Amino acid sequence: MRVYVCVKHVPDTAANIKVVGGSGFDESVKFIVNPYDEYAIGEASQLVKKEGGEVVIVTLGKASAMTTVRAALAIGGDRGILIKTDKQFVESDETALILKKAIEDDGGADMIFAGKQAADSEGMQTCYRLAANLGMPVATEVVGFSYAGGKVVVEREIGGGEREVIEMTAPCVVGATKGLNEVRYPKLPDIMKAKKKPVNEIDAGSLKVDAAGLVELVALEQVPERSNAKMLEGSVTEAVDTLVKLLRDEAKVLE
Amino acid sequence: MARIGVLIETNENSVKPANFGVLTAARGAGNEICAFVLEGDATAFQDDLKTYGVSKVIAVGSNDGDFSKKPDLQAASLVAAMKNFEITALLALSSSRGKDLLARMAAATNSGLGLDCIGVDLEAGTCVKTYFAGKTEATLKLSGDLFLCAIRPNAIEETEAPCDIAAEAFTADAADDGKLVIKEVKTSDSGKVDLSEANVIVTGGRPIGSKDNFSILEECANAMGGAVGASRVAVDSGFASHAMQVGQTGKIVSPKLYIGCGLSGSVQHFAGMKTSKVIVAINNDKDAPIFTKCDYGIVGDLFEVVPALTAALKK
Ligand SMILES: Cc1cc2nc3c(=O)[nH]c(=O)nc-3n(C[C@H](O)[C@H](O)[C@H](O)COP(=O)(O)OP(=O)(O)OC[C@H]3O[C@@H](n4cnc5c(N)ncnc54)[C@H](O)[C@@H]3O)c2cc1C
Repeated sequence: MRVYVCVKHVPDTAANIKVVGGSGFDESVKFIVNPYDEYAIGEASQLVKKEGGEVVIVTLGKASAMTTVRAALAIGGDRGILIKTDKQFVESDETALILKKAIEDDGGADMIFAGKQAADSEGMQTCYRLAANLGMPVATEVVGFSYAGGKVVVEREIGGGEREVIEMTAPCVVGATKGLNEVRYPKLPDIMKAKKKPVNEIDAGSLKVDAAGLVELVALEQVPERSNAKMLEGSVTEAVDTLVKLLRDEAKVLE
Repeated sequence: MARIGVLIETNENSVKPANFGVLTAARGAGNEICAFVLEGDATAFQDDLKTYGVSKVIAVGSNDGDFSKKPDLQAASLVAAMKNFEITALLALSSSRGKDLLARMAAATNSGLGLDCIGVDLEAGTCVKTYFAGKTEATLKLSGDLFLCAIRPNAIEETEAPCDIAAEAFTADAADDGKLVIKEVKTSDSGKVDLSEANVIVTGGRPIGSKDNFSILEECANAMGGAVGASRVAVDSGFASHAMQVGQTGKIVSPKLYIGCGLSGSVQHFAGMKTSKVIVAINNDKDAPIFTKCDYGIVGDLFEVVPALTAALKK
């Protein structure tokens, strides 16, 4: 099987984000593999271990995203494709068209995994658009996966402690999230090996996709943290009595 | 004034209260609201919906048969309904199902889509959502045939606007390729309040120490009709199920009141609850980072403070 994993190069979730120029941010922070994509890589590797074939990491990002391609290959993957662009935020419809073209040019997919969302732009829709472009079924927020005889069964958490069990025909697109598997942190030999794995670099422009640009980022603003918390002093009983009173009378969030 | 569609999430024969904020957002400065339901008889929902300014409720079905197990057919039927009722903007609740259906519609029609939004401006064709896990907010301009936007539960405060309502059924001419079916819905923690729709959440972190100790949080939450959440460390240590995890890799919640008990205040946890209206922190370390980003704080041992709080609430 040829299994693709779409991986995004994103700022570390703990990084301080400084907005610059109205819709950009100071990119001199640490970048990592999009956390949700780690579950996707893990699942793809397990599938290929069982069924045979190869795992191909596909990343659309700046040239600096090579570090993420290598990091993803260290977690699990046989080779990579880095599609270079000069933007951090590519609109989801354009991303999906680019990924489709790159995957088809590379030979086509027997399965596609990705994270359920990017940790930076939180779009949550690239999986759906990619699947529609390829005529494949799709499920995201997936926490359970199995494959047998051309059929995929996934589970997704739908809130209230409920899980949907979905059956899809393969090939399909699976959007992974925490719970799908335990992330395997690469060891030094994995990292060394990943450096030697082949990565095909292509320019996004050379794929000549024609996207409408349906989701345009027009402004980005910093959200200030709350400050000046009211600290409730005194004995435990005094503190909780004051708290209940304030929640009722001042904040008006309790009856 | 425009005609705006709202996809309503129902629970048997009632409307989930989390929809009312979405209806308020859709109404804006006086838009005409058409509500769409995917199960049951439209008349069953009339009373709940007319209070929030819905002038028509439409039960959507498909001539390809029962679509309750076929999300792609539901999405295709909704697309047909939008065309039939001349609606170009559809809002929904950003629940697992709401997000999934809107995303399927957007992909099928090449439309602009905003999910997990905390604001919407229907006239400008924009929506607001968090980027970078709540550290920033982004304004997105959507284009394409449909304007599709799912609103984070509780993000928009509901206001009533009673009006007259009509109900009708619509059978869409839509087909399914049969590539995807929902086989079953498993319930693991049945009867629990859906975390993302709860008005009050009491969350436990690492120091909770065991599954059993969560009962003190449950008693406290019950006293307020709320739900119980957990930090990732509490989940990964086996004290709570993943469905209870709040944060970047868990649920995104926005309750009126969030009480964090034994949470350090990590960015990844805040990613999931930062837009709560009021945040209370209970932590035994006066220098814990959470005290720099909450509204009310109590320094103390959660095993003393939480039961005392439960008692105070019951007074
Ligand atoms: C990619 C990524 C995604 C993540 N996603 C999430 C997520 O979705 N959700 C999430 O929660 N975390 C997430 N994390 C983990 C996050 O970074 C923190 O490790 C985690 O939130 C800390 O959990 P905690 O606050 O329970 O524990 P700690 O950080 O250990 O804090 C425990 C706190 O309890 C206090 N305490 C100890 N004993 C008591 C007592 N008896 N009474 C009162 N207070 C006490 C301590 O002073 C301390 O402040 C993620 C991390 C990464 C890297």
